[in-house]
Amino acid sequence: MAAATTVFGNVQALGAGLAVIGAGIGIGQIGGKAVEGIARQPEAASKIQTNMIIAAALIEGVALFAVVVALL
Amino acid sequence: MIGIIKNSVLKSKIFTLVLVLGVFLLSALTPTRTFAQEKAAKEGEKFDPKPIILEHIGDSHYWPVNLPLVKEIALPLPVILYTDKGLEVFSSQVFDHGKTTYLGKNKYQLIEDKVKVVDDAGKVNEKAKLYDLSITRNVASMWLAMAILLVVFLSVSGKYKKTVGKAPKGLQSFMEPLVLFVRDDVAIPNIGHKYGKYMPLLLTMFFFILISNLLGLVPLFPGGFNLTGNIAVTIVLAGITLITVNLSGNKYYWKHIFMPSVPVWLYPLMWVVELAGIISKPFALMIRLFANITAGHIVVLSLISLIFIFNSLWMSPVSVIFVVFMDTIELLVAFLQAYIFTMLTALFIGLAVEEHHADAH
Repeated sequence: MAAATTVFGNVQALGAGLAVIGAGIGIGQIGGKAVEGIARQPEAASKIQTNMIIAAALIEGVALFAVVVALL
Repeated sequence: MIGIIKNSVLKSKIFTLVLVLGVFLLSALTPTRTFAQEKAAKEGEKFDPKPIILEHIGDSHYWPVNLPLVKEIALPLPVILYTDKGLEVFSSQVFDHGKTTYLGKNKYQLIEDKVKVVDDAGKVNEKAKLYDLSITRNVASMWLAMAILLVVFLSVSGKYKKTVGKAPKGLQSFMEPLVLFVRDDVAIPNIGHKYGKYMPLLLTMFFFILISNLLGLVPLFPGGFNLTGNIAVTIVLAGITLITVNLSGNKYYWKHIFMPSVPVWLYPLMWVVELAGIISKPFALMIRLFANITAGHIVVLSLISLIFIFNSLWMSPVSVIFVVFMDTIELLVAFLQAYIFTMLTALFIGLAVEEHHADAH
Protein backbone atom coordinates (compact mmCIF):
# COMPACT_ATOMS: atom_id res chain seq x y z
CA MET A 1 0.00 0.00 0.00
CA ALA A 2 1.54 3.29 -1.01
CA ALA A 3 2.27 5.67 1.83
CA ALA A 4 0.44 8.96 1.51
CA THR A 5 2.95 11.77 1.76
CA THR A 6 0.92 14.78 0.71
CA VAL A 7 -2.11 16.31 2.36
CA PHE A 8 -4.55 18.17 0.21
CA GLY A 9 -6.47 21.07 1.56
CA ASN A 10 -5.76 23.31 4.49
CA VAL A 11 -4.14 21.38 7.32
CA GLN A 12 -3.82 24.47 9.49
CA ALA A 13 -7.57 24.88 9.68
CA LEU A 14 -7.90 21.19 10.50
CA GLY A 15 -5.45 21.54 13.38
CA ALA A 16 -7.26 24.58 14.72
CA GLY A 17 -10.55 22.71 14.56
CA LEU A 18 -9.11 19.79 16.50
CA ALA A 19 -7.85 22.12 19.19
CA VAL A 20 -11.25 23.71 19.54
CA ILE A 21 -12.87 20.28 20.08
CA GLY A 22 -10.80 19.90 23.24
CA ALA A 23 -11.70 23.38 24.44
CA GLY A 24 -15.37 22.81 23.78
CA ILE A 25 -15.44 19.57 25.75
CA GLY A 26 -13.46 21.07 28.62
CA ILE A 27 -15.44 24.27 28.99
CA GLY A 28 -18.68 22.35 28.58
CA GLN A 29 -17.70 20.10 31.47
CA ILE A 30 -16.84 23.11 33.61
CA GLY A 31 -20.12 24.79 32.82
CA GLY A 32 -22.07 21.64 33.56
CA LYS A 33 -20.42 20.99 36.90
CA ALA A 34 -20.73 24.65 37.87
CA VAL A 35 -24.45 24.69 37.15
CA GLU A 36 -24.84 21.45 39.09
CA GLY A 37 -23.04 23.02 42.02
CA ILE A 38 -25.27 26.06 41.93
CA ALA A 39 -28.33 23.81 41.80
CA ARG A 40 -27.16 22.00 44.92
CA GLN A 41 -26.33 25.16 46.88
CA PRO A 42 -27.78 28.37 45.49
CA GLU A 43 -26.12 30.52 48.17
CA ALA A 44 -22.68 29.76 46.73
CA ALA A 45 -23.75 30.85 43.26
CA SER A 46 -21.46 33.87 42.94
CA LYS A 47 -18.37 32.03 44.19
CA ILE A 48 -19.03 29.14 41.85
CA GLN A 49 -19.59 31.52 38.97
CA THR A 50 -16.28 33.32 39.61
CA ASN A 51 -14.35 30.08 39.65
CA MET A 52 -16.14 28.85 36.54
CA ILE A 53 -15.18 31.97 34.61
CA ILE A 54 -11.57 31.68 35.73
CA ALA A 55 -11.30 28.03 34.73
CA ALA A 56 -13.00 28.71 31.40
CA ALA A 57 -10.55 31.51 30.62
CA LEU A 58 -7.59 29.27 31.44
CA ILE A 59 -8.81 26.48 29.18
CA GLU A 60 -9.57 28.95 26.44
CA GLY A 61 -6.00 30.22 26.78
CA VAL A 62 -4.64 26.77 26.03
CA ALA A 63 -7.01 26.26 23.11
CA LEU A 64 -6.11 29.63 21.59
CA PHE A 65 -2.45 28.76 22.01
CA ALA A 66 -3.07 25.72 19.85
CA VAL A 67 -5.00 27.81 17.34
CA VAL A 68 -2.17 30.35 17.12
CA VAL A 69 0.35 27.58 16.53
CA ALA A 70 -1.95 26.02 13.95
CA LEU A 71 -2.30 29.27 12.05
CA LEU A 72 1.35 30.26 12.11
CA MET B 1 -23.38 70.74 35.48
CA ILE B 2 -22.51 73.86 37.47
CA GLY B 3 -20.91 71.69 40.12
CA ILE B 4 -18.61 70.15 37.54
CA ILE B 5 -17.55 73.53 36.15
CA LYS B 6 -16.86 74.90 39.61
CA ASN B 7 -14.61 71.98 40.44
CA SER B 8 -11.28 73.39 39.36
CA VAL B 9 -9.51 70.05 39.36
CA LEU B 10 -11.87 68.55 36.80
CA LYS B 11 -11.83 71.73 34.77
CA SER B 12 -8.10 71.59 34.35
CA LYS B 13 -8.25 67.91 33.51
CA ILE B 14 -10.81 68.55 30.80
CA PHE B 15 -8.43 71.15 29.44
CA THR B 16 -5.63 68.61 29.48
CA LEU B 17 -7.82 66.06 27.75
CA VAL B 18 -8.75 68.53 25.03
CA LEU B 19 -5.10 69.42 24.66
CA VAL B 20 -4.06 65.80 24.30
CA LEU B 21 -6.74 65.03 21.75
CA GLY B 22 -5.98 68.31 20.02
CA VAL B 23 -2.42 67.16 19.37
CA PHE B 24 -3.79 64.20 17.49
CA LEU B 25 -6.25 66.37 15.61
CA LEU B 26 -3.59 68.98 14.76
CA SER B 27 -1.63 66.42 12.82
CA ALA B 28 -4.69 66.11 10.60
CA LEU B 29 -4.13 69.68 9.48
CA THR B 30 -1.07 68.61 7.54
CA PRO B 31 -1.99 68.06 3.92
CA THR B 32 -2.82 64.42 3.51
CA ARG B 33 -3.84 62.43 0.54
CA THR B 34 -7.12 60.64 0.60
CA PHE B 35 -7.39 57.07 -0.46
CA ALA B 36 -10.25 54.70 -0.95
CA GLN B 37 -10.63 52.31 1.93
CA GLU B 38 -11.10 49.31 -0.29
CA LYS B 39 -10.16 49.31 -3.91
CA ALA B 40 -13.26 49.08 -6.05
CA ALA B 41 -13.52 45.48 -7.12
CA LYS B 42 -13.26 44.91 -10.81
CA GLU B 43 -16.21 43.12 -12.34
CA GLY B 44 -16.01 39.41 -11.73
CA GLU B 45 -13.16 39.65 -9.22
CA LYS B 46 -13.77 37.91 -5.93
CA PHE B 47 -13.47 39.92 -2.75
CA ASP B 48 -10.52 38.68 -0.73
CA PRO B 49 -11.02 39.49 2.95
CA LYS B 50 -7.60 38.28 4.06
CA PRO B 51 -5.39 41.32 3.30
CA ILE B 52 -8.00 43.71 4.66
CA ILE B 53 -8.35 41.78 7.89
CA LEU B 54 -4.58 41.49 8.27
CA GLU B 55 -4.23 45.21 7.66
CA HIS B 56 -6.78 46.02 10.34
CA ILE B 57 -5.27 43.84 13.04
CA GLY B 58 -1.69 44.59 12.16
CA ASP B 59 0.50 47.58 12.68
CA SER B 60 0.99 50.30 10.11
CA HIS B 61 2.66 53.65 9.62
CA TYR B 62 -0.69 55.34 9.04
CA TRP B 63 -3.61 55.91 11.33
CA PRO B 64 -6.83 55.75 9.33
CA VAL B 65 -9.22 58.34 10.65
CA ASN B 66 -12.72 56.99 10.19
CA LEU B 67 -15.41 59.26 11.49
CA PRO B 68 -19.02 59.13 10.36
CA LEU B 69 -20.02 61.33 7.45
CA VAL B 70 -16.40 62.28 6.82
CA LYS B 71 -14.34 60.81 4.04
CA GLU B 72 -11.70 58.58 5.44
CA ILE B 73 -8.19 59.99 5.53
CA ALA B 74 -5.04 58.34 6.75
CA LEU B 75 -2.95 60.23 9.26
CA PRO B 76 0.69 59.75 8.34
CA LEU B 77 2.75 59.01 11.39
CA PRO B 78 6.43 59.83 11.77
CA VAL B 79 8.99 57.30 10.64
CA ILE B 80 12.11 57.09 12.77
CA LEU B 81 14.87 54.94 11.40
CA TYR B 82 18.27 54.19 12.79
CA THR B 83 20.50 53.08 9.98
CA ASP B 84 24.24 52.59 9.84
CA LYS B 85 24.45 56.07 8.36
CA GLY B 86 22.68 57.73 11.27
CA LEU B 87 19.25 58.64 12.53
CA GLU B 88 16.50 59.60 10.13
CA VAL B 89 13.14 61.12 10.96
CA PHE B 90 10.52 61.90 8.39
CA SER B 91 6.79 61.66 7.89
CA SER B 92 5.42 58.51 6.36
CA GLN B 93 3.43 60.72 4.00
CA VAL B 94 6.36 60.68 1.62
CA PHE B 95 5.83 57.01 1.00
CA ASP B 96 2.35 57.55 -0.42
CA HIS B 97 1.31 54.10 0.78
CA GLY B 98 4.22 52.34 -0.79
CA LYS B 99 4.08 53.88 -4.22
CA THR B 100 7.08 56.15 -4.02
CA THR B 101 10.51 55.80 -2.56
CA TYR B 102 12.17 58.33 -0.32
CA LEU B 103 15.74 59.40 -0.59
CA GLY B 104 17.23 60.17 2.78
CA LYS B 105 20.65 58.90 3.63
CA ASN B 106 19.54 55.67 1.99
CA LYS B 107 16.67 55.06 -0.35
CA TYR B 108 13.62 53.75 1.45
CA GLN B 109 10.43 52.19 0.28
CA LEU B 110 7.38 50.93 2.10
CA ILE B 111 7.02 47.29 1.14
CA GLU B 112 4.11 45.45 2.74
CA ASP B 113 3.88 48.07 5.46
CA LYS B 114 7.53 47.75 6.45
CA VAL B 115 10.22 50.25 5.62
CA LYS B 116 13.01 48.64 3.65
CA VAL B 117 16.17 49.94 2.09
CA VAL B 118 16.12 49.70 -1.68
CA ASP B 119 18.85 50.51 -4.10
CA ASP B 120 18.33 52.59 -7.19
CA ALA B 121 17.04 49.73 -9.28
CA GLY B 122 14.25 49.05 -6.80
CA LYS B 123 15.66 45.83 -5.37
CA VAL B 124 15.41 45.41 -1.63
CA ASN B 125 18.70 45.46 0.20
CA GLU B 126 18.19 42.92 2.95
CA LYS B 127 21.62 43.27 4.49
CA ALA B 128 21.39 46.97 5.26
CA LYS B 129 21.29 47.64 8.96
CA LEU B 130 17.95 49.26 9.66
CA TYR B 131 16.31 49.65 13.06
CA ASP B 132 12.74 50.80 12.74
CA LEU B 133 11.88 52.91 15.76
CA SER B 134 8.93 54.63 14.14
CA ILE B 135 5.86 55.94 15.83
CA THR B 136 3.51 53.44 14.28
CA ARG B 137 -0.19 53.15 14.97
CA ASN B 138 0.37 50.85 17.93
CA VAL B 139 2.80 53.26 19.57
CA ALA B 140 0.48 56.22 19.07
CA SER B 141 -2.48 54.27 20.40
CA MET B 142 -0.45 53.17 23.41
CA TRP B 143 0.28 56.81 24.14
CA LEU B 144 -3.42 57.57 23.84
CA ALA B 145 -4.30 54.78 26.29
CA MET B 146 -1.63 56.03 28.69
CA ALA B 147 -2.91 59.59 28.37
CA ILE B 148 -6.45 58.47 29.17
CA LEU B 149 -5.21 56.50 32.17
CA LEU B 150 -3.17 59.43 33.48
CA VAL B 151 -6.00 61.94 33.06
CA VAL B 152 -8.60 59.70 34.70
CA PHE B 153 -6.51 58.55 37.61
CA LEU B 154 -4.76 61.81 38.36
CA SER B 155 -8.10 63.60 38.51
CA VAL B 156 -9.64 60.87 40.68
CA SER B 157 -6.72 60.78 43.09
CA GLY B 158 -6.62 64.58 43.27
CA LYS B 159 -10.28 64.59 44.15
CA TYR B 160 -9.68 62.01 46.86
CA LYS B 161 -7.00 64.16 48.42
CA LYS B 162 -9.29 67.16 48.47
CA THR B 163 -12.43 65.48 49.81
CA VAL B 164 -10.93 63.35 52.56
CA GLY B 165 -13.54 61.38 54.38
CA LYS B 166 -16.46 62.58 52.30
CA ALA B 167 -18.58 60.50 49.97
CA PRO B 168 -17.20 60.05 46.46
CA LYS B 169 -18.74 62.09 43.66
CA GLY B 170 -18.60 61.93 39.92
CA LEU B 171 -15.72 60.06 38.31
CA GLN B 172 -14.59 58.84 41.75
CA SER B 173 -17.77 56.86 42.22
CA PHE B 174 -17.17 55.18 38.88
CA MET B 175 -13.56 54.24 39.57
CA GLU B 176 -13.95 53.30 43.21
CA PRO B 177 -15.81 49.99 42.72
CA LEU B 178 -13.29 48.89 40.08
CA VAL B 179 -10.27 49.73 42.22
CA LEU B 180 -11.83 48.09 45.27
CA PHE B 181 -12.64 45.08 43.12
CA VAL B 182 -8.99 44.72 42.16
CA ARG B 183 -7.95 45.13 45.76
CA ASP B 184 -10.51 42.91 47.47
CA ASP B 185 -11.05 40.18 44.89
CA VAL B 186 -7.70 39.97 43.17
CA ALA B 187 -4.92 41.26 45.40
CA ILE B 188 -5.88 40.32 48.96
CA PRO B 189 -7.06 36.73 48.35
CA ASN B 190 -3.98 35.90 46.30
CA ILE B 191 -1.15 37.88 47.87
CA GLY B 192 -2.27 38.14 51.46
CA HIS B 193 -1.29 40.88 53.82
CA LYS B 194 1.66 42.15 51.76
CA TYR B 195 -0.64 43.28 48.96
CA GLY B 196 0.14 46.96 49.37
CA LYS B 197 3.44 46.77 47.55
CA TYR B 198 1.91 45.22 44.47
CA MET B 199 -1.32 47.17 44.18
CA PRO B 200 0.09 49.85 41.83
CA LEU B 201 1.35 47.19 39.44
CA LEU B 202 -1.89 45.22 39.49
CA LEU B 203 -4.03 48.32 39.05
CA THR B 204 -1.90 49.60 36.18
CA MET B 205 -1.98 46.25 34.41
CA PHE B 206 -5.69 45.84 34.86
CA PHE B 207 -6.69 49.28 33.67
CA PHE B 208 -4.17 49.46 30.84
CA ILE B 209 -5.31 46.13 29.40
CA LEU B 210 -8.96 47.04 29.98
CA ILE B 211 -8.70 50.43 28.27
CA SER B 212 -6.71 49.05 25.33
CA ASN B 213 -9.20 46.24 24.84
CA LEU B 214 -12.22 48.52 25.10
CA LEU B 215 -10.82 51.20 22.81
CA GLY B 216 -9.99 48.51 20.29
CA LEU B 217 -13.68 47.75 20.02
CA VAL B 218 -14.72 51.31 19.21
CA PRO B 219 -14.99 51.58 15.42
CA LEU B 220 -14.53 55.35 15.28
CA PHE B 221 -11.38 57.41 15.52
CA PRO B 222 -9.41 57.36 17.83
CA GLY B 223 -10.41 53.81 18.64
CA GLY B 224 -10.29 50.69 16.60
CA PHE B 225 -6.65 49.81 17.12
CA ASN B 226 -5.38 46.40 18.00
CA LEU B 227 -2.93 47.13 20.78
CA THR B 228 -3.19 44.17 23.14
CA GLY B 229 -3.51 41.92 20.13
CA ASN B 230 0.06 42.72 19.26
CA ILE B 231 2.36 40.07 20.62
CA ALA B 232 5.11 42.60 21.27
CA VAL B 233 2.90 44.42 23.77
CA THR B 234 1.77 41.26 25.52
CA ILE B 235 5.29 39.88 25.71
CA VAL B 236 6.31 43.02 27.59
CA LEU B 237 3.39 42.69 29.98
CA ALA B 238 4.24 39.04 30.58
CA GLY B 239 7.89 40.01 31.02
CA ILE B 240 6.87 42.47 33.72
CA THR B 241 5.06 39.63 35.48
CA LEU B 242 8.11 37.38 35.15
CA ILE B 243 10.49 39.99 36.57
CA THR B 244 8.15 40.97 39.41
CA VAL B 245 7.50 37.39 40.46
CA ASN B 246 11.12 36.38 40.44
CA LEU B 247 12.46 39.53 42.07
CA SER B 248 9.97 39.28 44.91
CA GLY B 249 10.49 35.61 45.58
CA ASN B 250 11.54 34.92 49.12
CA LYS B 251 13.85 32.12 50.11
CA TYR B 252 11.08 29.55 50.42
CA TYR B 253 10.16 30.19 46.78
CA TRP B 254 13.70 29.63 45.58
CA LYS B 255 14.09 26.66 47.88
CA HIS B 256 11.06 25.06 46.27
CA ILE B 257 12.58 25.60 42.86
CA PHE B 258 16.16 24.59 43.42
CA MET B 259 15.92 22.20 46.34
CA PRO B 260 12.49 20.61 46.34
CA SER B 261 11.70 17.78 48.70
CA VAL B 262 12.69 14.99 46.37
CA PRO B 263 15.66 12.60 46.42
CA VAL B 264 18.90 14.40 45.57
CA TRP B 265 19.57 12.44 42.41
CA LEU B 266 16.39 13.87 40.90
CA TYR B 267 17.60 17.47 41.28
CA PRO B 268 18.85 18.02 37.69
CA LEU B 269 15.54 16.82 36.31
CA MET B 270 13.64 18.97 38.76
CA TRP B 271 15.68 22.02 37.82
CA VAL B 272 14.73 21.61 34.19
CA VAL B 273 11.08 21.11 35.05
CA GLU B 274 10.94 24.02 37.48
CA LEU B 275 12.73 26.39 35.12
CA ALA B 276 10.31 25.43 32.38
CA GLY B 277 7.53 26.17 34.84
CA ILE B 278 8.91 29.64 35.59
CA ILE B 279 9.03 30.51 31.91
CA SER B 280 5.82 28.86 30.81
CA LYS B 281 3.49 30.66 33.19
CA PRO B 282 4.08 34.18 31.83
CA PHE B 283 4.31 32.68 28.34
CA ALA B 284 0.79 31.36 28.69
CA LEU B 285 -0.31 34.80 29.92
CA MET B 286 1.15 36.39 26.82
CA ILE B 287 -0.43 33.94 24.38
CA ARG B 288 -3.79 34.02 26.10
CA LEU B 289 -4.21 37.79 25.93
CA PHE B 290 -2.83 38.09 22.40
CA ALA B 291 -4.89 35.26 20.96
CA ASN B 292 -8.16 36.23 22.63
CA ILE B 293 -8.11 39.83 21.48
CA THR B 294 -6.81 39.11 17.98
CA ALA B 295 -9.32 36.29 17.50
CA GLY B 296 -12.13 38.59 18.52
CA HIS B 297 -11.07 41.26 16.04
CA ILE B 298 -10.69 38.69 13.25
CA VAL B 299 -14.16 37.28 13.87
CA VAL B 300 -15.80 40.71 13.81
CA LEU B 301 -13.94 41.73 10.67
CA SER B 302 -14.79 38.45 8.95
CA LEU B 303 -18.46 38.85 9.74
CA ILE B 304 -18.41 42.32 8.24
CA SER B 305 -16.56 41.03 5.17
CA LEU B 306 -19.42 38.57 4.68
CA ILE B 307 -21.40 41.46 3.26
CA PHE B 308 -18.79 42.04 0.59
CA ILE B 309 -18.26 38.38 -0.15
CA PHE B 310 -21.92 37.78 -0.76
CA ASN B 311 -22.19 41.12 -2.52
CA SER B 312 -25.87 41.52 -1.68
CA LEU B 313 -27.74 44.14 0.26
CA TRP B 314 -29.86 41.65 2.18
CA MET B 315 -26.77 40.23 3.82
CA SER B 316 -26.31 43.49 5.74
CA PRO B 317 -28.99 43.08 8.46
CA VAL B 318 -27.89 39.51 9.12
CA SER B 319 -24.25 40.46 9.26
CA VAL B 320 -24.86 43.51 11.43
CA ILE B 321 -26.86 41.46 13.93
CA PHE B 322 -24.07 38.90 14.12
CA VAL B 323 -21.50 41.66 14.52
CA VAL B 324 -23.45 43.31 17.34
CA PHE B 325 -23.72 39.95 19.09
CA MET B 326 -20.01 39.26 18.67
CA ASP B 327 -19.15 42.77 19.88
CA THR B 328 -21.17 42.18 23.04
CA ILE B 329 -19.20 39.03 23.65
CA GLU B 330 -16.03 40.99 22.95
CA LEU B 331 -16.98 43.48 25.67
CA LEU B 332 -17.15 40.59 28.10
CA VAL B 333 -13.88 39.19 26.78
CA ALA B 334 -12.18 42.59 27.12
CA PHE B 335 -13.03 42.80 30.80
CA LEU B 336 -12.43 39.12 31.40
CA GLN B 337 -8.97 39.07 29.84
CA ALA B 338 -7.89 42.09 31.86
CA TYR B 339 -9.19 40.40 35.02
CA ILE B 340 -7.56 37.05 34.21
CA PHE B 341 -4.19 38.64 33.43
CA THR B 342 -4.23 40.62 36.66
CA MET B 343 -5.50 37.71 38.72
CA LEU B 344 -2.89 35.30 37.44
CA THR B 345 -0.16 37.87 38.04
CA ALA B 346 -1.43 38.30 41.59
CA LEU B 347 -1.54 34.53 41.98
CA PHE B 348 2.07 34.11 40.86
CA ILE B 349 3.20 36.93 43.12
CA GLY B 350 1.30 35.33 46.00
CA LEU B 351 3.05 32.04 45.35
CA ALA B 352 6.39 33.83 45.41
CA VAL B 353 5.91 35.77 48.65
CA GLU B 354 4.16 33.02 50.53
CA GLU B 355 5.30 32.52 54.09
CA HIS B 356 6.49 29.13 55.09
CA HIS B 357 3.83 27.14 56.86
CA ALA B 358 4.86 24.68 59.46
CA ASP B 359 3.20 21.79 57.71
CA ALA B 360 5.05 18.82 56.30
CA HIS B 361 5.44 18.70 52.54
